[in-house]
Amino acid sequence: MTEINRRRLLAAGGGAALAAGLATACGSNTGRGSGGSGPALSQWYHQYGEPGAQQAVKRYAAAYRKANVSVQWRPGDYDRQTAAALLTDSGPDVFEANGPLLDQIQGGQVVDLTAEVEPVKDDFHQAVLAPKIWQDKIWGIPQVVDMQLLYYRKSLLKKAGVRPPQTLDELVDGAKKLSGKKSKGLFLGNDGGVGVLGGTPLFAAGLSLITADGKVGFDDPAAARTLGKIRQLYADKSLLLGAPTDWSDPAAFIQGLTAMQWSGLWALPQIKKALGDDFGVLPFPKDGSGGKPSVQVGAYGSAVSARSSRKAEAKAFAKWLWVDRTDYQQDFALSYGFHIPARISLAKKARQLRSGPAADAVRFSADHGYAEPLLWTTADRTAYQDALSRIIKDGANPESELKSVVRKVNAELQRVKKK
Amino acid sequence: MTTGGTEEAVTDVPAPRAAAGPEAAPRSPGTRWLGPQRRNLWFWVFVGPFAIGLGLFTYVPLVWSVYLSFFDAHNTVSPSGSDFVGLGNYTAMLSDPAFLGSLGTFALFTVFIVPATYALSLALALMVNRLRFAQAFFRSVFFLPTACSYVVASVIWKLSVFNGVRFGLANTVLGWFGTDQTAWLSTTHPPWYWLVIVTVRLWLQAGFYMILFLAGLQRISPQLYEAAAMDGARPGWQVFRHITFPQLRATSVAVVLLLVINAFQAFDEFYNLLSDARGYPPYARPPLVYLYYTALGQDQNLGLGSAGAVILALIIAVATVVQARWFGLGRKEE
Repeated sequence: MTEINRRRLLAAGGGAALAAGLATACGSNTGRGSGGSGPALSQWYHQYGEPGAQQAVKRYAAAYRKANVSVQWRPGDYDRQTAAALLTDSGPDVFEANGPLLDQIQGGQVVDLTAEVEPVKDDFHQAVLAPKIWQDKIWGIPQVVDMQLLYYRKSLLKKAGVRPPQTLDELVDGAKKLSGKKSKGLFLGNDGGVGVLGGTPLFAAGLSLITADGKVGFDDPAAARTLGKIRQLYADKSLLLGAPTDWSDPAAFIQGLTAMQWSGLWALPQIKKALGDDFGVLPFPKDGSGGKPSVQVGAYGSAVSARSSRKAEAKAFAKWLWVDRTDYQQDFALSYGFHIPARISLAKKARQLRSGPAADAVRFSADHGYAEPLLWTTADRTAYQDALSRIIKDGANPESELKSVVRKVNAELQRVKKK
Repeated sequence: MTTGGTEEAVTDVPAPRAAAGPEAAPRSPGTRWLGPQRRNLWFWVFVGPFAIGLGLFTYVPLVWSVYLSFFDAHNTVSPSGSDFVGLGNYTAMLSDPAFLGSLGTFALFTVFIVPATYALSLALALMVNRLRFAQAFFRSVFFLPTACSYVVASVIWKLSVFNGVRFGLANTVLGWFGTDQTAWLSTTHPPWYWLVIVTVRLWLQAGFYMILFLAGLQRISPQLYEAAAMDGARPGWQVFRHITFPQLRATSVAVVLLLVINAFQAFDEFYNLLSDARGYPPYARPPLVYLYYTALGQDQNLGLGSAGAVILALIIAVATVVQARWFGLGRKEE
């Protein structure tokens, strides 16, 4: 028997490690299917919290006969993962996009889906379709509509003698009356509303983020006045802060830590199950004489990567799933989570959306819904949120803070228009 | 210790001179390339994969990042010539109040965390070093948090210890004394969020630096203490000030240097304590978090982010060199 010396053992180990390293380097998990009929397509979704949603989208993909579609369910920071993946060839063919964003469209990262959507264009909720259009071309197909709204606990308001707020002043006064040592009047998120409110208070004041003709929409004294009232909520100690879960989860509202909460439509079934009929929903209340109630609506869109080597097949699949198969769209919107179907005709047919607070929510989305415009870039959002944080938490002067945001937004508008 | 005849290579007698003599057969290019006893081959077998990895994943991105910093590279890593902006990204970054603010946040964090960690880890080392029994147990107890990830610790701090409602640990304890609940991470006046950020890092890293100080303490000769006692030095503060602390100088220099570099790299606890799906507050945004949002966030402004990374790398390099010279790192003990 040959004696194995140290050198040979190390050599064998090194060789094995090298072989393993090369094997690893040669392989890459792109998420594409390894078999089946037709070309292989990779489809990415962000991780939905609702049980059954993942199985449903896999079922839809399996039902497609013209390509072998593999679904990747991606937990974590999906938007950033996707943004990075679109820079490489190993990204998805079809993917959900919180957009697509203007820089992604201008950077040629997504393909034009106008021909796929055109025949049913008017049937989409126009507020969520508009941010997917750039230079008259459609770059994403809205999947479902999500919206934010104000939940209030009827019994707590009644006990405190507060009526459901119809104006921002009533909201400020009511939240103060409803605040005590053990619970607060209003929950706008653990950051005091900086992240979630976005342009909602500006719309409530009758303004906008970017006007229809592409100019800054809040260069107006009314904006500072309205944001000053949000600061008042914080200064009055009417806001719940530091809850174990954030605004998107209704736990704080259900546990009685707050009498009112700004959250999403998705929270409605959970709240109804916990509180029965002891709650109602409202849009964000109007402010000032030119104001109007407002709710933010948004939609993940299905997009096709420009780096896909099978763009035609990917477009055909996206059209099949999000334009042709209305039964799947209805199922995806309402069987797992609680969303409004992006197609108006489907939303009208949905039994779950015809009565009670759900019907109110659908009405708010139609009457008062606004979506962040495509021209509102990430840099704009960051500058605005930073200013909002300083106004709400530090008591900074809203007028001077907004002036610097206006400068930033103007610079961004110039940048994107140059391209 | 060798095991016999199979260890022919261990002695490493240089053979080339004999091989180069007139009687020796000429070496083939292959043999020359492989080196004596195929050492060159084995060198590259072992070092090669790591060298390739280092080059591919560290130096190529580094050089590419410097290249990108001269372009308007939104959503692309291969900008075209028309996107060239020269030093535009650098001037934009250096005049950006948010980036300059992030450097201020880092400076403030360093002012808190470096002295606090230094003092706490030194105090723990002194205490553990004096223990007559169960020293290994307490050493392990204080060192164990080092094994916990920053992400996990941040989540525990955020959700259990310092959550802002009445059933958070900190608020429960304060509630016994009749204090109102505090929203630790959302309150900027007073800035309670610093307490959360600093304590999580203290808990996580004090044990590691305690071990370094313990090693330093155990290197101090007992004869020095005996001589001090003979000279009438009082145990306690006087001995610490005149014997222990000066003897720990080399350890202290290394600890402070490591602490400052670690403070520059602060990301995990800030990000996990303060960010949410919708954003990140401007008041506690260290440079790495800011650059993450600029370059890797949805903004995907890779040119601007690269310029920021280059500026930050230069600042760290200069700060480290200045600090090393100031403390006399590497200088021989007098």
